[in-house]
Amino acid sequence: MTPVLQAKGLVKRYGALAASDEISLSLPPGEIHGLIGPNGAGKSTLIQLLAGATFADAGSIFVDGRNMSGVGLRQRVQAGVSRSFQTANIFRQLSVFDNLLLAVQAQTGSSLRFWRPRDEDVALIEQAQALAQRCHLERRDWGTPAGLLPHGAQKLLEFALALAPHPKVLLLDEPMAGMGPDESANMTALIESLRGQLTILLVEHDMDAVFRLADRISVLVSGRIVATDTPSAIRHNATVQAAYLGDDGAKRSELSC
Amino acid sequence: MSGTLIAEQLLNGLQFGLMLFLISAGLTLVFGILDILNLAHGSLYMAGAYVAAQAMAVSKSYLAAVLLAVVVVAILGALLELVLIRRLVVRDHLAQVLGTFAVVLMANDLVRMIWGPAPLMMSLPAALAGPIHLTQDLLYPAYRLLIIGIGVVVALTLYFLIGRTRIGALIRAGASNRQMSSLMGVRVPLLYLGVFVLGAMLAALAGAMLGPVTAIQAGMGEQIIVLVLVSIVIGGIGSIKGALVGALLVGFVDTAGRAFLPNLLKLMFDPAVASSVGPTLAAISIYVLMAIVLIFKPSGLFGRRV
Amino acid sequence: MQAPDRSVIYGGLSLLILIVLPFIANALDLGFYISLVRRILIIGLAASGLNLLLGYGGLVALGHAAFVGLGAYVVAVCGIEHLYDAWLVWPLAVTVCAVTGLLIGAIAVRTRSVYFIMITLAFAQMIYYVCISLRKYGGDDGITMIKHSQLPMIELANEANFYYFVLAIAVVVLWLCERLMNSRFGRALQGIRENEDRMQALGYPVYVIKLLTFVLSSAIAGFAGVLLANQNLFVSPTMMHWTESANLIIMILVGGIGMRYGGMVGAGVILLLEEFLRLYTDYWHIPLGALLLLILFVAPTGLTGKWRSQSRRLVASEQSNP
Repeated sequence: MTPVLQAKGLVKRYGALAASDEISLSLPPGEIHGLIGPNGAGKSTLIQLLAGATFADAGSIFVDGRNMSGVGLRQRVQAGVSRSFQTANIFRQLSVFDNLLLAVQAQTGSSLRFWRPRDEDVALIEQAQALAQRCHLERRDWGTPAGLLPHGAQKLLEFALALAPHPKVLLLDEPMAGMGPDESANMTALIESLRGQLTILLVEHDMDAVFRLADRISVLVSGRIVATDTPSAIRHNATVQAAYLGDDGAKRSELSC
Repeated sequence: MSGTLIAEQLLNGLQFGLMLFLISAGLTLVFGILDILNLAHGSLYMAGAYVAAQAMAVSKSYLAAVLLAVVVVAILGALLELVLIRRLVVRDHLAQVLGTFAVVLMANDLVRMIWGPAPLMMSLPAALAGPIHLTQDLLYPAYRLLIIGIGVVVALTLYFLIGRTRIGALIRAGASNRQMSSLMGVRVPLLYLGVFVLGAMLAALAGAMLGPVTAIQAGMGEQIIVLVLVSIVIGGIGSIKGALVGALLVGFVDTAGRAFLPNLLKLMFDPAVASSVGPTLAAISIYVLMAIVLIFKPSGLFGRRV
Repeated sequence: MQAPDRSVIYGGLSLLILIVLPFIANALDLGFYISLVRRILIIGLAASGLNLLLGYGGLVALGHAAFVGLGAYVVAVCGIEHLYDAWLVWPLAVTVCAVTGLLIGAIAVRTRSVYFIMITLAFAQMIYYVCISLRKYGGDDGITMIKHSQLPMIELANEANFYYFVLAIAVVVLWLCERLMNSRFGRALQGIRENEDRMQALGYPVYVIKLLTFVLSSAIAGFAGVLLANQNLFVSPTMMHWTESANLIIMILVGGIGMRYGGMVGAGVILLLEEFLRLYTDYWHIPLGALLLLILFVAPTGLTGKWRSQSRRLVASEQSNP
């Protein structure tokens, strides 16, 4: 079966530093793939490379077998790759519902429509409502300017915006960062509810969540993938343990930062 | 078209370019470090010209006039920074444009109020009023040579200051990472003030030196700021090297364009066509240059990505 | 359905006043007000066009007066060539502005923030210098038009007729802009203003949307220029100087950035203020500048800004309980 997302030998340098050093990854359809690693390992860089926000110095990226290495952000989204941002990159001045409408509008027909009022488009409103409900966004928050939401709700909205393009591959950049235990459990359930419907690359520090959700886990250290395996194998992998304990004393059961 | 004519125009271009550089350097530094587009920079240039002209009329000493202009405008610049600029630095670009434009509006009316609407005349320093023989055939105004000389000295000084001294390192550090610099103990507000005042002084120097060869009147800042912006856009915002390259390019292309293009066109086309199209093409030559640079390098020749 | 915006009601009232204005002015022997208000409407039209790009799109363009001037120049130049037929000249003027906007926008819109400001300014100055260099067509001095453009049924030389014509155009254009800003395109444009990166990440054709807005905004400015040429029967390169563009931006700030009447209200306030201040001093830019700074620091969303954001919340909360 063609992997839905494949990276081969990705290299990205910032000056002398190799943020990504020959990274190869292959995600079969429907997999939830965890990506863990110490701070500064290059996880965000990898997400940026896969999403098309930045381009690799070497290596290639394939989506559904098609070479997408030089292709820009917009075409990647159209090809089915969507990402969430670690710091909620939402439309802060707009209401939550307006955020969702914008997200959904992009997926349903052209925006080069100049006459009909968008806010009267019943189908669009229903889709936005469906997205809100799917992502557990409270109805009472829908009218609030997104920037005024509490942190956890902003992350949920961020998740919804990433999910809106009906992606084949969803790149999640620390969706639980800054969340308390209840919110993390909520987000974990949310991601679990998507299992099988799409492929997910989950970058996270919250080990409980990653080990619970992931079918396989890759470990990224200093820009290189040192191991890719099932969660239980990773747990017992000596290199991984050394990398974590050696680098910053973080134990593998550490909760989100 | 003789060799001396070409040489003369090249020198004119160099002179103009170097003066543009003085003004551009200040603006690009201020932009690079404070991250603010200061449309009132042209008003500082204008203030330099006015103060120098007034001082020259009263004291008859060119040196005193230039020094006074630089000092007075340095003070004005400091006041401007303390009262307004530092409050605009945290705002969006629209607010910065409007805030600095408010200063432009007020400055123009202020000089009209003080000196009237007619252009002010500044006389050349007596010693430099005449031409000098550069070669047997080539005569060039001594004063313009002075401008070139001072321009080169300032360029070298800036290069040394920014590239080789501790202060310069602070400036460069400030440009690339504001928060880090402040965490490392650099007194950022003081740095901002210093950079702004430096920029003001450079603009004032340019104004004082161009005073005798330019029309000193309200609105002169707005005329020159466009050329300055084109220089910076071509060179890349935040880069002194870019400002120099951009300013010299603009200086040469504009001067040479106006001098040679109409004649060049006459060689190729019908004289009637050439004389109507010539001046227009000459006028827009620097903008065409800017457009070409931008098509290939949207951040300018030496610019960092905005 | 949405709650009726208070601003629509105020707009309606203002329109009524504007409709009866010529009668009142003539009755009070204050006929020159007709021309003054007409001028406000025309410049307000230019400002409203710019508001699409700047207020709704978040693109700070500092060169839009050049399009106003360009539209005016086409009309004046056609006059010199003895072409006064509005059906011919006016679409030509607007097309010239739209195409110029397309060429400039194609380069400028690729750049961000400060570069965009500087580039739009530079290209506008380019147009200014082109017009100054046209010695055949006035050069520095500009062109005086000997008569108005000729429209089939409306005599523009008649003060009141011209006034109502301009008023009708202003109403229609504002209404069309409003519809546009409420459409998918308009919402996407505002989304770009709010968070361009996210819009890219969502898959919107950001460049195309920005460019189309630039072109539309230029065309509206050009049309305002056409009307302005008829208003003044005089065009000069100074109309295109970047400082005139800055004046348009001031009007938008004062009137309300990204607000439906922002351009009009702003033009009205600034032009009336100018008339008023002129009575007291020649140096009225000083109080104007001070006022501008005051607004920047005290009411940064402009005069219509405050209440609009309230009614937006009203509308949104209605939406959440459909």
